[in-house]
Amino acid sequence: METLMVILVGILISIGTYLILSKQLLRIVLGASIVGHAVNLLLITSGGLKKGSAPLLGEKVANFTDAIPQALILTAIVINFAVTALVLVLCYRAYQSFGTDDMEQLRGDEQ
Amino acid sequence: MNNLLIAPVIIPLLTGMLLIIFQKNIKLQRILSLAALLATSVISVLLMNQIRDGGIQTLQLGGWEAPYGISLVGDMFSALLLLATSIVSVCCLIYAFSSIGRKQEKLYFYPLFLFLITGVNGSFLTGDLFNLYVFFEMFLIASYVLITLGGAQRQLRESLKYIFTNIIASAFFLIGVAYLYSMTGTLNLAHLSMRIAEIGQDGLITTVALLFLIVFAMKAGLLLFFWLPGSYSVPPTAIAAIFAALLTKVGIYAIFRMFTLIFYHEPQITHLFIGILAAITMVLGALGAIGFWDLRKILTYNVVISVGFIMTGLVSFTTTGLTGSIYYLIHDVLIKGLVFMIGGTIVHLTGTSDLRKISGLIRLHPQLGWMFFIAALSMVGIPPLSGFLGKVFTTQGVFESGYYWLGAIGLLASLFILYSMIKLFMNAFWGETILSVDEEKGTTKGLLFPIALLTVASVAMGIGAEAITGYVDQAAKELLNPSLYIKAVFE
Repeated sequence: METLMVILVGILISIGTYLILSKQLLRIVLGASIVGHAVNLLLITSGGLKKGSAPLLGEKVANFTDAIPQALILTAIVINFAVTALVLVLCYRAYQSFGTDDMEQLRGDEQ
Repeated sequence: MNNLLIAPVIIPLLTGMLLIIFQKNIKLQRILSLAALLATSVISVLLMNQIRDGGIQTLQLGGWEAPYGISLVGDMFSALLLLATSIVSVCCLIYAFSSIGRKQEKLYFYPLFLFLITGVNGSFLTGDLFNLYVFFEMFLIASYVLITLGGAQRQLRESLKYIFTNIIASAFFLIGVAYLYSMTGTLNLAHLSMRIAEIGQDGLITTVALLFLIVFAMKAGLLLFFWLPGSYSVPPTAIAAIFAALLTKVGIYAIFRMFTLIFYHEPQITHLFIGILAAITMVLGALGAIGFWDLRKILTYNVVISVGFIMTGLVSFTTTGLTGSIYYLIHDVLIKGLVFMIGGTIVHLTGTSDLRKISGLIRLHPQLGWMFFIAALSMVGIPPLSGFLGKVFTTQGVFESGYYWLGAIGLLASLFILYSMIKLFMNAFWGETILSVDEEKGTTKGLLFPIALLTVASVAMGIGAEAITGYVDQAAKELLNPSLYIKAVFE
């Protein structure tokens, strides 16, 4: 199962990289978002995907799921969500201000 | 357990949250934010003395013991950086009072500034890899907003690149965290150090170490500095100064922490790699610093050179080299804030950042000119000033450990710093005065005071080196001896 997850993460990262390398701003945002999701999947896989019960001390279960990756992924998702929202707003402002969403025209090497 | 450790994180955070409520009351915002930063600096001095007397201080949050809970660890290295951060942030804040403008002040400048300081202080103090990520994100998000504050066209354009670069770097940071957790089963820095010392640093762990190196190099501007010149030259001066003084330094701090505490077993691979990156960084930074005629570009490329130079001390991995690096790091926090403020003042006065259009400022602004002169000498490393000791010890350490080529490149880079500073000084301050007082675009009213404060701090650090030598030595020894850190966390 872990192997499958890692392959999925690889596929998602390649898709994200492809999108980030394109010119349109919206595609870049989507690419960054997909990379973020891939990384979250990798985080949840990092503790091993056990089919155990909840890690509660009182319940006498031998096989329980590691709780730390879940705590990590929760924080990472929130941060990812906030940054994506900020970037979307910023892209919209940039689009309004420049009248283009083409990164080629936003290079800024005149000055 | 030392509850004082949380104060440098919690004070700016709570003050910042409080200030959001008082958005309209600018006077209150100014007073409160200044008070918060002054309180942080007092606390960092207290912490420094506690660490000197009692060794590394730790705080296990909520009373949860070390590998399970979140720990804050303050060793001398972080305490020194906390103090430098407080000094430079107070000066930048005072500079912002009279330069940032009403509109920006109402757009939550002060809360964002305090959140930035919260993130930076938190990164210096955290003893946990994931919390390092969280604090990194904290000051990055504050910096995303600060860089776009005002919404000028070029700010929007450069901030897009800055943000996307940092999103990718943060994603790689999390990938590194995931790999390291799956291999060692822990995220506490001290625990990680123990586990890796037990199982040995094999090829896989070295690969993860290089992944972390790439992430932090991106933040620090070590070789991967392509985003830096653009994004540091667009925001208002007070913000650019605090960025140049602090943001790259957090990346440098993280590299130092990771490669002295955790990944120190294979220096012939990792540290040599850092050395090569540092050498290329210095060469490229020097080329940029001498090649441009734009004042802001010259200053930003000087940031890049100093990042490379600080790294050479880590590469040497000797007490002397690390002592030099720490000296230079603290000096660089102060001096980069200072030169960016002076540069911003010049732009403010003349309305242009093109050196060919500026001339003879020293006749009308002698104080500014002489303070820039002192700053320039200090950056190059002329003896009584603060840059000197760092340069001597770093170079000595690098030569001791046999990296002659690296030391030579470091010294050559100093020459290029000298050249670029002379170019700046001669073009901006010498020659015929073009603008009379009436023709100038702004005044230096209120701007000279923070600049003078930082100049005094920098000169004091050079002349009073005797007073901080003990602290810096202790910091270097703690860095080279990870068992101290581990012992303090697990006591």
